[in-house]
Amino acid sequence: MDWIYEPWPWYVSGPMIALIMFLLLMVGKNFGMSSNLRTLCTICGAGNKAEFFRFDWKAQRWNLIVVLGAIIGGFIGSHLMTIDSSVAINPDTVTTLKEMGFNSAGQSYLPTELFDMNALANFKNLGLLIIGGILVGFGTRYAGGCTSGHAISGLSNLQFPSLIAVVGFFIGGLVMIHLIFPIIF
Amino acid sequence: MRTLAYLFIGILFGITMFKSEAASWFRIYEMFKFESFHMYGIIGSTVVLGIIMVQLIKRVPIKSFYGETIQIAPKAKSFSRYMFGGILFGLGWALAGACPGPMFTLVGVGYVSIIVVIIASIFGTFLYGLVKDKLPH
Repeated sequence: MDWIYEPWPWYVSGPMIALIMFLLLMVGKNFGMSSNLRTLCTICGAGNKAEFFRFDWKAQRWNLIVVLGAIIGGFIGSHLMTIDSSVAINPDTVTTLKEMGFNSAGQSYLPTELFDMNALANFKNLGLLIIGGILVGFGTRYAGGCTSGHAISGLSNLQFPSLIAVVGFFIGGLVMIHLIFPIIF
Repeated sequence: MRTLAYLFIGILFGITMFKSEAASWFRIYEMFKFESFHMYGIIGSTVVLGIIMVQLIKRVPIKSFYGETIQIAPKAKSFSRYMFGGILFGLGWALAGACPGPMFTLVGVGYVSIIVVIIASIFGTFLYGLVKDKLPH
């Protein structure tokens, strides 16, 4: 039974995501996680400030339940199905990250340097998490979807707009890691 | 019943995001460094299977579990919103190492600091709602 504790290779993970998309279609819904951020804005009363948030959020209740499931799934996956959660990334990547000060590379699931509780007390780290989050939230709504809505649902439906969005995701990601990371880390 | 189905699908999604390591900041970094096939394999195999699935749904009259026709709305035609929005999203995805699905999974894993990212992303969506009409779409 030790296999259950191992990380999943891509050829298990990919078909599993496809299965999840299929199950959502079969219950009459489309796969897209970032819509929940808008729903949460509306629940918090953002409708008073902008027309964009005036919609019947109860129609999105199903998606919030998927989010609740994703949280529970994270607990099950990490606490019941994993003993060693360190991520075995490419040794060359580990070397580069260590040179940048990420000593937890290859030894943990997330970099402790950014995500530990101690790191939150550091003004710079806290700022980076906030900026990252704002960019994700702003960008995903501007683009009309995220990795699930565009890269997975959209490309699966051969949508050209989704291809443009995915190219955009990659331009942004490459700029961040190759041009901005050397400045901030 | 339907609520339980959504919850079950969400749990399956959360487990998959964690076990596939797609929720790991390190995997996202490694992907943008082109130093591993892992993330490309995941996205690529999902899309290949997804294309087959969507084509089947369109050609074969498959009904949902509840007997309804399966609707997949096409995306509106445009360039700027997808490109500019996509770039902003990509910058954030690489920095925070999490997109809007996995960030919730990481809460279940027990990372308190990811809540900062979630609140910031909700705020980012709010900012978009405020300036939406002034942006090129």
